[in-house]
Amino acid sequence: MKTILVVAESRQNELRPISLEVISAAQSVREADDKVVVAIIGQQSESYVDDLSLKGVDEVVAVKVSSEDFDADIHEAAVTSLMENYTPDVVLLPHSVDSLGYAPTLARKGNYGFATDVFKLEYDGQDLVVTRAGYNEKVHVEMDFPGKDCVILTIRSSVFKAVEESGSPSTTSLDMTNIGSRCQNVRYVEPEGADDIDITSVDFIMSIGRGIGEESNVDEFREMADLSGATLCCSRPIADSGWLPKSRQVGQSGKVVGNCKLYVAMGISGSIQHMAGMKHVPTIVAVNTDPGASIFTIAKYGIVGDIFEIEEELRTHFE
Amino acid sequence: MKILVAVKEVASLDDDFEIRDDQLDVDEDFLLYELNEWDDFSLEEAMSIKERSDTEVEVVVVSVGPDRVEESLRKCLAKGADRAIRVWSDEMEGSDSITVGRILAAVAEQEKPDMIFAGVQSSDNADASTGIAIASYLNWPHTAVVAGLDYTPGANKATASRELEGGLGQEVEISCPAVLTIQLGINTPRYASLRGIKQAAAKPIDEVSLSDLGLSAEEVGADAAFSRVRRMYIPEKGMATMIEGTTAEQAAKLAQIIKEFKGEA
Repeated sequence: MKTILVVAESRQNELRPISLEVISAAQSVREADDKVVVAIIGQQSESYVDDLSLKGVDEVVAVKVSSEDFDADIHEAAVTSLMENYTPDVVLLPHSVDSLGYAPTLARKGNYGFATDVFKLEYDGQDLVVTRAGYNEKVHVEMDFPGKDCVILTIRSSVFKAVEESGSPSTTSLDMTNIGSRCQNVRYVEPEGADDIDITSVDFIMSIGRGIGEESNVDEFREMADLSGATLCCSRPIADSGWLPKSRQVGQSGKVVGNCKLYVAMGISGSIQHMAGMKHVPTIVAVNTDPGASIFTIAKYGIVGDIFEIEEELRTHFE
Repeated sequence: MKILVAVKEVASLDDDFEIRDDQLDVDEDFLLYELNEWDDFSLEEAMSIKERSDTEVEVVVVSVGPDRVEESLRKCLAKGADRAIRVWSDEMEGSDSITVGRILAAVAEQEKPDMIFAGVQSSDNADASTGIAIASYLNWPHTAVVAGLDYTPGANKATASRELEGGLGQEVEISCPAVLTIQLGINTPRYASLRGIKQAAAKPIDEVSLSDLGLSAEEVGADAAFSRVRRMYIPEKGMATMIEGTTAEQAAKLAQIIKEFKGEA
């Protein structure tokens, strides 16, 4: 019998959806007599208990702390305390910005096994074996944790299907409002371009990446998008350079384009962060000079070629 | 005042790479080394703080790795870092992200910087753990994925903007000295000037070993790591249907896909 502790995540008074995916990851290695404990940490932690009362969860622990906003020191102390109470064999956290702020310190202090961005868990006899990617997603790596009694993992998003069916776990409260902090929330800042078009609602996107080379080349793709009726979007480097507003960025730190049905990727090699925002699109057409570009592994159609030449020819069909 | 910038030389893969016979890593012949993309931004952030500061700020870059890492450190010096430290002993081979954090923390204990920057993650392994591990060994305040920073060298507080999922930002006030992991896009990294490249040749790269740091062989390397590689393999991947032909034919097919989608064809 083993105990799996899942640490759920909230932000701005909402449970983050990845929490339910991490519970699903716990289910993927759960055996009949195992115990799954889900913890939620925050000032209002009790308000999330209902949403976390899901099938296959044995206990929900609401940890009350002094701040509703994420704080690395507070989370570390709270999870440390939970680990003392429950002595879990496995601790699962979302692979998120918040978790990355404290998971390494947890592992280091307890000398626990540790791996991040994990997308598969399984047991080989008594040994936990996890899989993550390496060399910029070009290889997969199976890892194990010899000699470790407890293993802390961060779980990749959009891999495990969120658990939705409700259950009836027991609930517990824990007061840890006495933990101090060295890093305080000042304010949240909504992304710039909030008055721009909402790219999560459009169905046809033409998206540009590093392949466009220079800012002066953006205009011809803007025209092409207009001519064909597409919304012009981009990958991270284009927004970082300020060539398109952040509101047009597709990906993990941009937007997930949930309603898009046709996505034409021009000069985008396809980082895992970008693909997280668009890999679900039913028809992806990728144009790239590099036949080995990752984007071709998820695209429906691929064109190995120069985006400028393709754009010039494409234009003749819409003018 | 001093800012310590932790950098990593990352490996990218040749197109037709092969896995080693022991299935634990890629055959070394297929590895191409370069400075981690995130680290360009960390270094630039330190350099811009140095150049804006009224007080003197020393920017020191540090990396854990064998001889070849000197090339990446030289590039950092060419961009204006004052000094570089290369840490290596054969016992460090196989160190994981947290163990590298232990080594870098030992360097920080000797250097006593006012601030430490590390990239959010490395492009090869993407563990996203080393920076926070440094903070853990030092017991310093820390925050991850910083995409904006307001910091005056020597101040006991800094305001950092964390980049959260979905483009949301969060400003936090953090006590200093601290460890910040720096995100892409926080600034626009400079290119090295010809003058910088010339000057870099004369700047020192200190070589530091395990014993110089007061660490023991048991504290570093594969045996001290928090995980072990069991097997590495090339995953089966999907592949797009490739549209062949001349550029005009490829574009015509793409036009057809677009028109069919719009119900015009």
